[in-house]
Amino acid sequence: MLQTERTPITGKRVQLMATCLCDAFFDDVAAATVEVLEHVGVEVVFPEAQTCCGQPAFNGGDWVASRKVVRHTVKTFAGEDPVVVPSGSCAAMLFHGAILEFEKEADLPDVTALGRRTWELMDYLVNGLGVKSWPGRFDGKIAFHRACHTRGTRSAEASLQLLGSIAGVQVVEFGEAEQCCGFGGTFSVAFPNISTAMGDLKLEHIRAVQPDVLVSPDMSCLMHMTGLAAREGKPIKGMHVAQVLRDALKASPATGNGTKR
Amino acid sequence: MARQPIDQFATQLPPEKRTAVYQGTKATHEKRTRLLFDEYADPNRLRHLAGEIKQHAVENLDMYLPQVEAKLKANGVHVHWASTGDAACEAVLGIMKARSATKIVKSKTMVSEEIELAHYLEKRGIEALETDLGEFIVQIDHDHPSHIVRPIIHKSRREIATSFEREGLGAYNDDPETITRRARQFLRHKYLTADVGLTGANFISAESGRMVLVTNEGNSRFSLAATKCHIALIGIEKVVPRDRDLAILLNLLGRSATAQELTVYTEFINGPKSPSQPDGPEEMHVIFVDNGRTDVLASDCREILRCIRCGACLNVCPVYRQASGHAYRSVYPGPVGAVLSPLLMGEKFPQKADLPKASSLCGACNEVCPVNIPIPDLLLRLRNRAKEENVPSPGTPPMGAWALMASQPSVWRAALTGGKVLNYLPTKLIPVPALRAWEAKRELPKWRGGEFRKWLKERNHQRADRSAAAGP
Repeated sequence: MLQTERTPITGKRVQLMATCLCDAFFDDVAAATVEVLEHVGVEVVFPEAQTCCGQPAFNGGDWVASRKVVRHTVKTFAGEDPVVVPSGSCAAMLFHGAILEFEKEADLPDVTALGRRTWELMDYLVNGLGVKSWPGRFDGKIAFHRACHTRGTRSAEASLQLLGSIAGVQVVEFGEAEQCCGFGGTFSVAFPNISTAMGDLKLEHIRAVQPDVLVSPDMSCLMHMTGLAAREGKPIKGMHVAQVLRDALKASPATGNGTKR
Repeated sequence: MARQPIDQFATQLPPEKRTAVYQGTKATHEKRTRLLFDEYADPNRLRHLAGEIKQHAVENLDMYLPQVEAKLKANGVHVHWASTGDAACEAVLGIMKARSATKIVKSKTMVSEEIELAHYLEKRGIEALETDLGEFIVQIDHDHPSHIVRPIIHKSRREIATSFEREGLGAYNDDPETITRRARQFLRHKYLTADVGLTGANFISAESGRMVLVTNEGNSRFSLAATKCHIALIGIEKVVPRDRDLAILLNLLGRSATAQELTVYTEFINGPKSPSQPDGPEEMHVIFVDNGRTDVLASDCREILRCIRCGACLNVCPVYRQASGHAYRSVYPGPVGAVLSPLLMGEKFPQKADLPKASSLCGACNEVCPVNIPIPDLLLRLRNRAKEENVPSPGTPPMGAWALMASQPSVWRAALTGGKVLNYLPTKLIPVPALRAWEAKRELPKWRGGEFRKWLKERNHQRADRSAAAGP
C-alpha cells in the first residue's frame, strides 16, 4: 500500500532529483527530464549536494545506513518546492519506503513532509500539472514496461497517456506485462539466477511483439533488461519516457505548449 | 562465493518442474484476475474491506476468542487451547486415547502440516490418512506439499501414476480420471473404518461459533458424515467477528485461490449431530492453535495474520514461479511464506532469515492479496531484522561505506568522476563483488559519472551569458 498523498502543486518551480543511476550512467535521461520540464514552463533547480535516495540500503535491510542517506537527502531538498524524480522507484522510496524506516525516528515528520512533495516525473506532469497530451512527433513502435514501483500509483497510466498522445507513437501490448523484469535492486546481484531468468522471460514477451524501443519510467529496469539482452548478443533499444518526450519535441520543436497538440 | 539457498535451489530445479509450476500458477492467476474484474466493478475495494475486517479481528482476538469459545461450548463443542504445536498434537492424541481410537481421516489443513501432526500420530501407532487427493499423493510419496492450495503442483501425472503402481493401487495408468477414481476407491473404505475425522477451518465466526470449511473434493464432508468424532484444528487468527463477514471473505477466497466463484463444497458446521440429524459426529472438538501467532501479533508484521491461505500471492510471484515451493524449506512457501515462516521460527529466526530476501519487491503479491497484506513492506521489515540480528546474507552488498559516501557530497562527486575507471578495467579486476555479479550476466552501461552535472552547468552558464548580453 503506497503512501501517495500529495501536497497540491502551486508554483512552477521544482527541485530535480536526478537519481544516482542517471548521475553515474544515464546523463541523457536527466538532461531530457530538464528539457521536458522546461518545455511545460517549469523552472528546474538542481541541488548540487544530492547523492542517492537511500534505497539500496533500505532494500538490503541496512536501515541504519539508509536513514543516514535519507537524512542527507531531506537536508539537500529542503524548502517547499516539489521534488521531481525521473524514476518510479526512487520516488516511491521517498514517499513510501523512507516513511517505513523512519516510523520510530524523531525526525519522521521531516521525512513525511519530503515524501508528500516528491513526485515521479510522469505523475507530476499529468496529475500534478494537468498536462493532458504531448506535442511533437516520435515515429516508433513502443513496448512500455511499467516498472513495479509504480504499482499503486498513477505513473504508468500517466506515461501511457502522454506516450499515446504523441504523433507517430504506437504502443504495443505484450504478454504478462504486469510481471517484474527481475531487477529488484540488491536482489539482482544476490539472486542472479532467478533475477536473470525473470529478465529472460520478460525479454521473450517483449521480443515477440517486435518493438522499435522498450520504454519505461525507470532506468533500473531498463538497465537490467537491456544489459541482459546485450549480453545475450541480441540487444534491444531502451529509452526512458522522458527521452521519448524530449525527442518528440526535437522532431517538431515549434508546436504546442504541452497542454494540447 | 556463498550463494542464497533459494537462488541455488532454482538453479538446480529440473526444467519440467519449473514448467509445471509456471504454467499452473500462471493459468490460475490469469483466470482469477478475469473473474474478479469481470464480476466486480472495483475488486480492489473489496480486497481493502476484507483486509480491514481481518485486521480488526486479529487486533481484537482478546475479545473474539473468549466470545467464540463461549459460543462453541453452547453449541456442544469441546474447546481446547494449544500454545505450541506439540501441545496441539498432544490434544489430538488425548482425544483419540479417550475414545480408544486408532484411525484418523484427515482433510487438508495447513496448520496440521505446520505442527507435523501426521508424523506425530504415526510415531504413536495411529493411522492418519490424508484424504485430499494432492495431500494423499504427497503422503504416499513421503514428499512435502509445494503450494498452499495445490500441494502437488510440482508433480506430473506420470510421476503420480508411478507412485500409484508402486503402492498397489493398480497397473500404471496416467489418465487423471483413472488416478482420481483409484484414490477414491481406496479412500472410501478408509472413511468407513476410521474413528475420527480431522479438519481445519477456513474461518470461524465469533458471533455464532460456526466453522466454515471450503473444499473441492467433498472429503471433509464425507469424514464428518462417516466418523463419530470430529476434531478441528484452527489457528487462532481464523476468527472473524460476524457471520456476515463470511460473505465477502468467501467470495474472495474461491476466486483468489482456485479462480472459482465458490468452491464446490462450502460447509457451515454448527456443532455435533442433533437428534433429528441422521448423520454427523456425536462428539466435536475445536483445538485453537497459537504456535507462535501471539508473538507475530506482538511484532511489527502482524498484518500477515490476515492471511486466508488462498495462494494467490504464490501464483503471481515471479520468484515462486522460478524456484517452486520446496525452495522455501517451509510449510508456507512463496511471498506469504517468506514472511510467515521466519516469524513462526521464534528464536530460530536466523535459520529462515534468507526467505525475505527472495523477492524483487515487485509488489504483485500485495496487488492480488484478497486481504491486502502489504507483503513487500513486511519483507523489508524482516530484512532489517536480519541485519539487526547480524544474520549473514550471501551476495547482499555491504552498505556502510556507500552510506558514508552518499551522505558527503564532495566524496560523492569525487566518486562520480573516479568511477570512470570502470570503463577501462576488465570485469575480473573490479573490486566490488556486486558489480562482478552484475557483469557476469548483464552488460554494465558505460560510466558517465558527473556528465549530467557538467551539461547542466554549461547550459546555465550559456543562459546567464545570453541574458547578460541581452541585459540593460
